[in-house]
Amino acid sequence: MEIQSCVKIINEWDIVAARQLGRNVAKELGFGVVDQARITTAISELARNIYLYAGQGQVCIEKIYDGAKAGLRIVASDSGPGISDIRQVMEDGYSTSGGLGAGLPGVKRLMDEFNIESSSGNGTKIITTKWIR
Amino acid sequence: MDFREMMESKYRDILEKYITEQSEQALYQGQKFSRKSIENKISPEELISLHKLSLTNMYPDLSKEVIDSFDILLEVMLGYGLAYREHQSLRHKQQELRTEMEIAANVQQTLLGTTIPTVDCLDIGAISVPAKHMNGDYYHFVKDEHNHISIAIADVIGKGIPAALCMSMIKYAMDSLPGSQHEPKLVLENINRVVEQNVDPSMFITMFFGMYNTSNHTFTYSSAGHEPGFYYHAAKDEFTEIEAKGLLLGVDKKTKYAQYEKAIEIDDMIILMSDGVTECRSDEGFIEKETLITYIKKYIHLSAQEIVNSLFKEIERLQHFELRDDFTLIILKRKV
Repeated sequence: MEIQSCVKIINEWDIVAARQLGRNVAKELGFGVVDQARITTAISELARNIYLYAGQGQVCIEKIYDGAKAGLRIVASDSGPGISDIRQVMEDGYSTSGGLGAGLPGVKRLMDEFNIESSSGNGTKIITTKWIR
Repeated sequence: MDFREMMESKYRDILEKYITEQSEQALYQGQKFSRKSIENKISPEELISLHKLSLTNMYPDLSKEVIDSFDILLEVMLGYGLAYREHQSLRHKQQELRTEMEIAANVQQTLLGTTIPTVDCLDIGAISVPAKHMNGDYYHFVKDEHNHISIAIADVIGKGIPAALCMSMIKYAMDSLPGSQHEPKLVLENINRVVEQNVDPSMFITMFFGMYNTSNHTFTYSSAGHEPGFYYHAAKDEFTEIEAKGLLLGVDKKTKYAQYEKAIEIDDMIILMSDGVTECRSDEGFIEKETLITYIKKYIHLSAQEIVNSLFKEIERLQHFELRDDFTLIILKRKV
């Protein structure tokens, strides 16, 4: 069973809507308070990247199940300029956050699984998952 | 027991103790707890959540406002936690780079390694210490079939890895010179062509090449803009600068070098160095040549190797044990 709901990211307020959606789903799934905060922070980062660098895009939240395991999946996609050097943006200390620990490496740390597809001119799609421990 | 499992009750104990006593001892336990939790990679947001949980368990009637306030604290501390973890990962990377650098330095030592030749008439001492991991100075000795000793000393302007990479090239240019090629000016002219072709114009290399003829005790030499060394005339107890003019390597491929010759008497010394020796800064500015000579005089009764070692120690101390440039010093002393 897969339930997916999405929030379009066009202005800064949509970041809050995406967080809210993520938090609701995380609560429903039974994530603890700390993990809820981690998931919403990851959503914030991804939505902010869309807002700042792509102009617009969307963030979708899915409940996923793998046997007895339940998890939450975030899919953030945009058709913005894309990322030409993915290795570089995944490197600690490179991101525009400038040593604040955020950016994509931060998202990867907050979540359990992380996958990115992007190329120059073709937009970016990031899929990241967190499982309930 | 796993720290994570017991941390809840442990934290609660400390908290309860502090709330009843407000003692320094409870605070000290808190400090110890933080060390343990850092060791066990507990993030700041987890601790906030633990604090909130402990409080709600200890005081079920605590006002909702106070409990809710921790949600903001947790959100804020999450950012700190991320920054902290990034810092950890960067520290780990730095450690890896350091290890890699140490390996590179070892490789370089093997590549550029030279042994000090032994001949009956000469006492030779040499020391070369890099300012960072890798050395941008280079020296090399060769003893030919007539027991004549050639000495090359070179210095790349700059230090660290770029300088070290450059030096490896000089070494191989030297190795590929024809075996009969010992005439200093021709050696420099050859190396100059290699450097001119292969090195970035922004990189400068100075070099000194000398040959000590062990049959007639003359020292023949040429210099490509290298820091002049000293000549010690034992009979007069007098130091003079070894005069040699010549353009830096790699500036013009057609450069011709002048060649000089000096007769060496018993107990005389030839002192060669890189600019790391003279450009070392003490509290009073650059050290003067006179200062250097004073130190050489202080140790003149020792063997050549002991003199260079002692000189290095003195200069290291002058710079408060912080080398600013690679340091190379060679002394040749005629024994008989």
